[in-house]
Amino acid sequence: MELRVDRAKIDRCRELAEATVAPVEDFIRAHSTVSVERAVLRLLGVDGVGSDEVPVPNLIVDALAPAERAFGVTLAFGRALAETGLAPHALGEAIADGTHRLADFADTPEAAARGALQPHVDRALAQVRARRDQRSTLMERLPQQPPPLLYVIVASGNIYEDRTAAVAAAEAGAQIIAVIRSTGQSLLDFVPFGPTTEGFGGTYATQANFHIMRAALDEASEKLGRYVMLTNYASGLCMPEIAAMAAIERLDMLLNDSMYGILFRDINMKRTFIDQHFSRMLNAYSGIIINTGEDNYLTTADAVEQAPAVLASQFINEEFAHRAGMPDRQIGLGDAYEINPDLENGFLFQLAQAQLARQIFPDAPLKYMPPTKHMTGDIFKGHLIDAMFNLTSVMTRQTIHLCGMLTEAIHTPFLGDRVLSLENARYIMNTARHFGDEIVFKPGGTIERRAQDVLAGCERLLERVASMGLMDAIDAAVFADVSRHPDGGRGFDGVFARGDGYYNPFEEALRGVPA
Amino acid sequence: MSKLVKPYGDTMNDGKVQLSFTLPVEWSEAADEAARQLAVKMGFGDVQVVEGRRIADGFSFFVVYAATPQSIDVESIKAPSARAHAMSMEEIDAFVTERIGRKVRIAGACIGTDAHTVGIDAILNMKGYKGDYGLERYHSFESHNLGSQIAVEDLVRFAKERHIDAILASQVVTQKGSDVRNFTELAELLEAEGLRDDVVLICGGPRVTNLMASELGYDAGFGRGTLPSEVAAFVAVTLSERLARREKVTERSGV
Repeated sequence: MELRVDRAKIDRCRELAEATVAPVEDFIRAHSTVSVERAVLRLLGVDGVGSDEVPVPNLIVDALAPAERAFGVTLAFGRALAETGLAPHALGEAIADGTHRLADFADTPEAAARGALQPHVDRALAQVRARRDQRSTLMERLPQQPPPLLYVIVASGNIYEDRTAAVAAAEAGAQIIAVIRSTGQSLLDFVPFGPTTEGFGGTYATQANFHIMRAALDEASEKLGRYVMLTNYASGLCMPEIAAMAAIERLDMLLNDSMYGILFRDINMKRTFIDQHFSRMLNAYSGIIINTGEDNYLTTADAVEQAPAVLASQFINEEFAHRAGMPDRQIGLGDAYEINPDLENGFLFQLAQAQLARQIFPDAPLKYMPPTKHMTGDIFKGHLIDAMFNLTSVMTRQTIHLCGMLTEAIHTPFLGDRVLSLENARYIMNTARHFGDEIVFKPGGTIERRAQDVLAGCERLLERVASMGLMDAIDAAVFADVSRHPDGGRGFDGVFARGDGYYNPFEEALRGVPA
Repeated sequence: MSKLVKPYGDTMNDGKVQLSFTLPVEWSEAADEAARQLAVKMGFGDVQVVEGRRIADGFSFFVVYAATPQSIDVESIKAPSARAHAMSMEEIDAFVTERIGRKVRIAGACIGTDAHTVGIDAILNMKGYKGDYGLERYHSFESHNLGSQIAVEDLVRFAKERHIDAILASQVVTQKGSDVRNFTELAELLEAEGLRDDVVLICGGPRVTNLMASELGYDAGFGRGTLPSEVAAFVAVTLSERLARREKVTERSGV
């Protein structure tokens, strides 16, 4: 089941994506953000909260004067490590309670700081590597069922309720569990601390919550004889920190998009570009698969019109990911089944788009998102639309399949809703497992012509973006009809230019590491 | 005149309903019987547990058909619709020009921590919804879409500074009553700031009903499937009535 598409056009789109992203990477390499610096501290072993529940990494980075900050937090912290002889966690606590101030060690030579840092850098890298190896070993011993991998969300607000729901979903066939974050967490410029039992529309992403869920799923994996993956969100204002915490707690996937926060959360674009880069470097090293957020183009505007924008965003996300050292097998590019169900031949359009992505990104673990926008209180119709989505997914060999819920428009899923949804997907994917291998698209037919139109539209869009420059294109509302100014949006005050002598030991270590 | 009705299965007044639910018990025949007795306790008769099975460790799922003895007098039910004034975009623009004589200033936002702008965007964005243009396209409106995750305080401040005539507050996330809490907070803050009577206050979202809106002190509530022109017409008519009333009061008081 192959579509005939113009290979030269695909190559041209990749060239344009490269031309678009290259200048942004120059900018990224000359800058850092408070979240990148906090992620470095977390990797070194700093954790916990000070008074007023402010996380210690925030306390330390916020206390740096702008002139010091330009060199990164690492050297200042390393000087204090050298002088105090404390371990990073203890030093963090001592800074939080006022016993020490980084500014007091400004005269310590850089060589001493580097020497004091090195064992902690080595330990952090070894820890992340060990987590990655542990995942490989587990997946070899407890193999997953073949893709599409069934992915469901839990979102009660209470990590302990989520744990119950996640284990039940795994038993019902879920292969990936995503803990949806509390609405609004993406806009917090810190990561909350400790286990949490309150949240709205989801559960806070904290390192303790990651740990609780990973332990429960490891237990379920052993019991079921298949590895159950865990997903969270490295999006919003704390992408690098979440990536660091996820690496330490062995999450398997993270939502991570190069432009989503800019367009849909009004987060400053410079902040996002820098943060996505470092978070993806960490994801690459920790073996975490990213999920990009192209579904958002479809939920906020007409899905037929936005198809070229989805493909363009996939090319841009791929290019950004490659530049952060990610191999294709870790780049879960997104798409969604969001065409209006009343549209005649809408299914054909969905199939065209999904198959096009499969052919253009053959080694990417494509992430397919379910219908949400046109789901209503009519759960019976919703269950049918989900079935068509499931059929599209198995026919076009999508990799990560977010199961649609019949109660999508009503509430965060009940335990029983999740089971019905998984049964729907398992039935369709089993009964039509090799359907896609048995049929051919009619040459020049509706599906093939639609795919060709989408690709041509994508090329035009990317030509425009490449000629304008990515930041100006976003300013001009080229994506999702949303305009964002390069210096506007949330988190811009956390972006700073690197001074001569800026030091980030993890960035140096990870650049050039073969993934 | 009263008119009593019951749910209709295949015969008038058979009272047939379908239920499905999960019980936190391992499945067994006793679990089926527990589901049946639970439905009896709910007041249902002729209860049939047509499906009962294990769905996870310690959880069972049931589908039940049953008959209710209850009936309802539909003539006694009042749920006023906010969609009473059907007009096209052109008609609304003409109406505003004639009756109000200036642009109507509208501010919309997804309030609180809610990030789901699909509803407010469908109403305000130029493109609109189901072929019905959004309020940004109307000549007679000056629309401000503040977007997602807007604090109630910021929305009220904006309304005050820009002399906003109508506020559209949207909530998609409803978990643990966060929508009602945010809507209430907005209404109370407007009241506290002395602005409540100056704005047409509207709430919207997939779970919003006009009845709920009036209980929360809003002028109208619009639920799923609402077209932009329905909201536009309500704003235009309500505002013109309010301004006309105010003029009369002014005349009477001789100011």
